[in-house]
Amino acid sequence: MKQMKAGLALASVLALATGASLAAGKTLIYCSEGSPAGFDPARYTAGTDFDASAETVYNRLVEFVPGSTQIRPGLADKWEVSADGRTYTFSLHKGVKFHTTPYFKPTRDFNADDVVFTFARLTDKNLPFNKASNATYPYASDMGMDSNIAKVEKVDPYTVKVTLNKVDAAFLQNIAMSFASVMSAEYADQLLKAGKAEQINTQPIGTGPFIFQAYQKDSVIRYNGNPDYWRKGEVKLDKLIFAITTDPSVRYQKLQKGECQIMSYPRPADLKAMQSNPALKVPSQAGFNLGYVSYNVTHKPLDKVEVRQALDMAINKKAIIDAVYQGAGQLATNPMPPTQWSYNKTLKDAPLDVAKAKALLAKAGLPNGFEITLWAMPVQRPYNPNAKLMAEMIQNDWAKIGVKAKIVTYEWGEYLKRARAGEDDAMLIGWNGDNGDPDNWLGTLLGCEAVDGNNYAKWCQKDFNDLIVKARSLPNQAERTKLYEQAQVIFKREVPFTPVAHSTVYQPMRKEVDGFKISPFGLNSFYGVGLK
Amino acid sequence: MIRFLLRRIGVVIPTFLGITLLAFSLIHLIPGDPILVMMGERHIDPEFYKLSMQKLGLDQPLYLQYWHYLTHALHGDLGVSVRSQVPVMQEFLTLFPATVELSICAMIFATIVGLGAGIIAAVKRGSVADHGVMGVALAGYSMPIFWWGLILIMVFSVQLGLTPVSGRIDLLYDVTPVTGLMLVDTLLAHDMDAFKSALEHLILPSIVLGTIPMAVIARMTRSSMLEVLREDYIRTARAKGLSTTRIVLVHGLRNALMPVVTVIGLQVGTLLAGAVLTETIFSWPGVGSWLINAIGARDYPVVQGGILLIATLIIFVNLLVDVLYGIINPRIRHAR
Amino acid sequence: MAQTVQTTAPVSTEVLSHPTPLHEFWLAYRANKGALIALAYLVILVLAALLAPLIAPHSPSEQFRDFMLTPPSWMHEGHARFLLGTDELGRDILSRLMHGARLSLMIGLVSVIVSLIPGIALGLLAAFYPGWLGTAIMRLMDIMLALPSLLLAIAIVAVLGPGLVNTMLALSIVTLPSYVRLTRASAMAELSKDYVIAAKLSGAGKVRLMFNTVLPNCMAPLIVQATLGFSSAILDTAALGFLGLGVQPPLPEWGTMLAAARDYIERAWWVVTMPGVTILITVLALNLMGDGLRDALDPKLKRLA
Repeated sequence: MKQMKAGLALASVLALATGASLAAGKTLIYCSEGSPAGFDPARYTAGTDFDASAETVYNRLVEFVPGSTQIRPGLADKWEVSADGRTYTFSLHKGVKFHTTPYFKPTRDFNADDVVFTFARLTDKNLPFNKASNATYPYASDMGMDSNIAKVEKVDPYTVKVTLNKVDAAFLQNIAMSFASVMSAEYADQLLKAGKAEQINTQPIGTGPFIFQAYQKDSVIRYNGNPDYWRKGEVKLDKLIFAITTDPSVRYQKLQKGECQIMSYPRPADLKAMQSNPALKVPSQAGFNLGYVSYNVTHKPLDKVEVRQALDMAINKKAIIDAVYQGAGQLATNPMPPTQWSYNKTLKDAPLDVAKAKALLAKAGLPNGFEITLWAMPVQRPYNPNAKLMAEMIQNDWAKIGVKAKIVTYEWGEYLKRARAGEDDAMLIGWNGDNGDPDNWLGTLLGCEAVDGNNYAKWCQKDFNDLIVKARSLPNQAERTKLYEQAQVIFKREVPFTPVAHSTVYQPMRKEVDGFKISPFGLNSFYGVGLK
Repeated sequence: MIRFLLRRIGVVIPTFLGITLLAFSLIHLIPGDPILVMMGERHIDPEFYKLSMQKLGLDQPLYLQYWHYLTHALHGDLGVSVRSQVPVMQEFLTLFPATVELSICAMIFATIVGLGAGIIAAVKRGSVADHGVMGVALAGYSMPIFWWGLILIMVFSVQLGLTPVSGRIDLLYDVTPVTGLMLVDTLLAHDMDAFKSALEHLILPSIVLGTIPMAVIARMTRSSMLEVLREDYIRTARAKGLSTTRIVLVHGLRNALMPVVTVIGLQVGTLLAGAVLTETIFSWPGVGSWLINAIGARDYPVVQGGILLIATLIIFVNLLVDVLYGIINPRIRHAR
Repeated sequence: MAQTVQTTAPVSTEVLSHPTPLHEFWLAYRANKGALIALAYLVILVLAALLAPLIAPHSPSEQFRDFMLTPPSWMHEGHARFLLGTDELGRDILSRLMHGARLSLMIGLVSVIVSLIPGIALGLLAAFYPGWLGTAIMRLMDIMLALPSLLLAIAIVAVLGPGLVNTMLALSIVTLPSYVRLTRASAMAELSKDYVIAAKLSGAGKVRLMFNTVLPNCMAPLIVQATLGFSSAILDTAALGFLGLGVQPPLPEWGTMLAAARDYIERAWWVVTMPGVTILITVLALNLMGDGLRDALDPKLKRLA
């Protein structure tokens, strides 16, 4: 069996070699997980949409270092922050060219007008371009960009000044996110005049490493390498092809046969076989995400901290990581991943202890246990590959301390709506880091102002909230770190939710792929990727 | 004949209106909405939510929405996908050829194998071959095709490496879509290697999708063939000393084909339902997987449009079969 | 069908000289070997389903976490405790299949009954009142038939939400038109026959005429259709479960098991194969039985087979 597989792999490498000679130069095929909804990254919130546009066609003023949560200069060479922390002045890179395609020929280089247009589009509802198109910009709104950016001014053709309403320690991180991709003002004007503003979503023009060529829904996206890319030497491919393959098992099968060279989101169950396949390599990175069990503290008896502690210590996280994540996960103790700065390393999980958990329940006046609902997401998420399986295991664990959990699920949209309305008792949910700032974990998931939103535990604790509100307005990272570490101690004592796991990101690819960096944000980008 | 046609069409119109109403109300009964699904775990600003719903026209009263929908649908305008902002009709037309190509290939497979097996079974009635063929046909008819597809991929693509795993063509061939039918487009481009690749990609999905129709056709052919073989004129031909092969192929088949053709026409619905499963398994970019994804994303216009278009298609094909039948067999025309 | 077997015995002893219709039916049915084997399989399946809690080797939801993905017992690494192996959580596949049989059979039975009863009523109404009522009923059925049944079922489940009860409901709605059409067609054929006219003349009421006079004579094709409906209900349940829209885990419905097992197809063929084969054989048996019933109930067709 093993021998046959090796033979198979060899045969497919040979097939690949002959196949590759058909297309001129170096072609990389990437088995992606789904069709992007469109190619305007500001309109969407999902990685699939960003991979196809923000990560290929576009650049941003400030960008994340590939494979990291740190930022580096993008289309802005450098920037200055005013003393009050509310004004940012960006110096733009010179000589950057927008793509030339059959549908657009740029007449000028990238300059301040493009930056002003990019931000005006996200913040100004009355911009003619926005009136002409049907778009809304959810992610920018979610990150508070639309309300916090007071104005964006062109100082000279290569200098732009951005003024904020209030200090935001994470501002630079925020504009490094996909939604802030820089658009061509010239292209937008041309589309607006032709009455085809919507075309910005189907035929993108950017400054990025790959030029959009063609898209067939549910089938393929084709890009050409950008020979004039401003970061010299980063584009090593002549063609980049996304083979849209929704099923992870099929993606793996295609990878094995050499029908593609990289694939996204492998099934944890396939990882062992992938790692032992000599034609493949499977680099991995700790995921910047968290899957957790949230306890609705407005429902009895979950309002009692003893009950939450008991449920928390009854969950066998290790078994879950083995079965649900198939080992491709890291046991979580804090409400943020260990790679996030300000992670409190001193915190420990309560040991798995059925007797003590029972005692805690008895102390809370529930010696015979109780019944609750446990909600399981109907969909696979990066932080939780199989919520139903996880729910079944937790149900089993809780049964041991006399807690009868009924597993409930709804359609995904309905699930979130009802959860926000607080209909659940306990629920599975999770989070992917957006921008690498601690507030994106503690504030977003546990802050008092998020009680009607992402704070599914509906947990609003004054000491905790005071700490994170104060930290948000401080410019100094060391000072902020101290406050966030204290906040995590309170979290661990009060257990509004049980962190279960940070899923590890695996990126299976064939051995000949060179220079691929795994993004902590769950994106797939091909900067500097080549084929040996 | 014209009266018959008009009567049939008269029946179709209320059915069609009913379908629009059904498609429309189904969608509004489905819980959840596209904005919620898109935002996922993220927080939704109430004002942003209102603005989005307004842009989608979902804040109007239902009867107005329906009226809009109906009048636009009659002009061929089925709205714009919430997710991609591309007109539904346009999305349908780019994906539909893939489903058509798959369905036609599946039907060709089903007809050739089904007819052949049916004839053999009828001629060799009661033999081992007959029992074998009928056993296989019954198994095919009972096949959970999603499982069948998985097993075939596992055996032929992964273990034996004989066929490609999924997709319509090796993506290194950049074929410009003209008709959308990959086999035709590759031929138009005079690229025989690409044609071969497209053909290879069609084998497994066609077999999977064609399995149930194949079984139905085999059973139908056998029984109508048996009926025909008992007729007097066959006996006469036999008495005249004509060879069995000649009798079967010239006299028997021609007369047995009639009910078989009807069955083939009626399999269109089965094919489209099967396409949902087959396309999901083989990542085939057709309308079946499109519809399933749209239901998941609560993309109302796509679900409505997709259901309407598929239903219209089936109504149309059934009408066609009816009319053809009426032309061939005048008795039916007057009976109704 | 277990009932059929029981009732034949006393009947045949009671009337010695002339075979009753039931006996005649049984003789005809028995002649079809395939149908007989199918019947035997189904009897075993029903027994296994009914007695699952008693005879299944393990609980269907018990997780043997030290025995995850154990191969079937006849394989090298297999374990005698788990005859057909275990799944991704270490649950015994045989036990799950037996408990799954309860679900599949129940879904089949309930959806057929829930569909058959209104189907017959609507079909009779359409036949007896061919005016606007009959037309309206038939138009409604046309609308439902314009969509492939699986697509309609998917749409209904999308509205109602996935789950056991909703799956049954969706499948009953989807199969309704076939019963309505069949009942109407056979009732129409009966209505012109002498015995019905005679009953009418003797002053039988409409309701009596519908249910006591006409309906019994339309039952044969309906029984056959119901058997086939049963098998397609099992197939469609599995398809819905496979698409994640049907019965939800941890319930051991066969299609749902298959969908969950799909992740492990490369590593553990048995998790995918066992439920798949079970579905195939069960549906096959039901279809064989349907064929046998049709041949036995309808002499004209029997001649052809």
